[in-house]
Amino acid sequence: MMRSIKQQPFRAAVLVLVWGWLLFLVLAPNMLVVGASVMTRNPSTFISLPLNLDAYRQLFNPLYLDVFLHSLYMAALTTLICLLIGYPFAWALSRVEKRRQMLLIFLLIVPFWTNSLVRTYALKLILATNGLLNSALMSLGVIDEPAQLLYTEGAVIVGLVYLLLPFMILPLYSVFEDLRQDVLLASHDLGAGRLATFKNVVVPLTLPGVLAGVMLVLLPAMGLFFVPDILGGSRNLLVGNVIKNQFLDARNWPFGAAASIVLTLTMALLMFAHRLSKRRLGEEGA
Amino acid sequence: MRWLSRSYLTLVYLLLYVPIVVLVVFSFNDSRTGYSWGGLSLRWYDSLFNNHAMVQAMWNSLWLALTAATVSTIIGALTALALHRYRFRGKRVLNGMLFVVMMSPEIVLAISLLGLFLLLGLKLGYVSLLLAHVTFCLPFVVITVMARLSGFDERLPEAARDLGASDFTMTRTVLIPVIMPALMAGWLLGFTLSMDDVVVSTFVSGPSYEILPLRIYSMVRVGLKPEVNALGTLLLVFSLVMLMLSQWILSRSKQ
Repeated sequence: MMRSIKQQPFRAAVLVLVWGWLLFLVLAPNMLVVGASVMTRNPSTFISLPLNLDAYRQLFNPLYLDVFLHSLYMAALTTLICLLIGYPFAWALSRVEKRRQMLLIFLLIVPFWTNSLVRTYALKLILATNGLLNSALMSLGVIDEPAQLLYTEGAVIVGLVYLLLPFMILPLYSVFEDLRQDVLLASHDLGAGRLATFKNVVVPLTLPGVLAGVMLVLLPAMGLFFVPDILGGSRNLLVGNVIKNQFLDARNWPFGAAASIVLTLTMALLMFAHRLSKRRLGEEGA
Repeated sequence: MRWLSRSYLTLVYLLLYVPIVVLVVFSFNDSRTGYSWGGLSLRWYDSLFNNHAMVQAMWNSLWLALTAATVSTIIGALTALALHRYRFRGKRVLNGMLFVVMMSPEIVLAISLLGLFLLLGLKLGYVSLLLAHVTFCLPFVVITVMARLSGFDERLPEAARDLGASDFTMTRTVLIPVIMPALMAGWLLGFTLSMDDVVVSTFVSGPSYEILPLRIYSMVRVGLKPEVNALGTLLLVFSLVMLMLSQWILSRSKQ
């Protein structure tokens, strides 16, 4: 039953406002990026005709391809480390008694509410040449002279892991919360050992959480340009740094747009995998 | 097994909090170099508040966060109500767009908005920052409010309508009080997100309106600045208060 605008002015106003905002500030800008990626660079109007795929071709320029692959490698390593730390962590967390769990979750969200720039800077205090870690290692006699920790690939990865770990843990925690103890007991009763239970029961049931975590870590790990700016020096750039340079310094919009579309497509691919894993789980459960 | 998992949890929490503790401790460090301990002092807090540009950036950020949180709470609440109450065409599309905003890398949102603003000829400054911040806060408010609405007795609004209340009156007198805690929590989250944002702000701000995260960014790119320790500590305390307030509001509303 459709009632007319006159009868429901409030409803109409709400819908117009909401749609207006999203169309104007989400859909239109995204269309613009897609459009910009197939246009030609122009110094005065940023983009102009004719349409072409030069920007995408430029992505395969060895210079940029190297940066992309290196960024992807650092992001993948970051994600893997987050997963390796986060998976057992989320499992252990889901086993803690409920009352204390609330506090622990709270402690996990605190960093999310704290300025990430400031936290990255705090790492610099620790990793700097005459910083805390080097002084500590030297006074312990592990090393004789300060090691170069800052402005390395390792520093960037440490920074990314530090900022993104909670985003891996939270979705994992939620799947471990749903993992019922009796399923594990049933597997045990059916004669499966610990390893078999882990492989055949725990891993498939927690897979959607893993993929959600991967999605929440991998993409920011390619975009957070301020982490290499502060910790990494000029050789450890992320895709985010390239996009930022193209838009703000080089003023090459088509190329920056094409690079960001690559990021978006990666996101779409991961989201698709996530859906698929959830659906498969649903079918098996039914 | 038990102590193993306990010590593992403790270890990870330690790693997460060591840098924060270091930052706070060093903010009271008298030493100029910033690495060695030179005694207790408040000099960095002092120099922070005597830095005119810094104080200005602080006010700018606070005002931006305040307005962005408020606008996004209003629009976000209306969106959540519309999604919850109304059937309309393209509802899935609307939902999808919100999801995309939340999931897509910040930098993609940032460049797309920069493109829009520049093509429209909008001067980069307060207005562009406000539009951008409201946009990235929006999905978080919608989710918070939706979660609250999903556990809500549907017969109440029906009853209000049967008693002759218009849609607007019903929303004002029945729905708004119900979602109030979620509105407050969403506002606090929006405020914090806006205060902390670096990525989007880097793109859509102009020289006319300098905000705190960008000021910090330009300070920490080169070397170490002890003032940043002090500023970071203040921001940390501020965020903690906001988070605790939000948790308190949400937990109180559940009882």
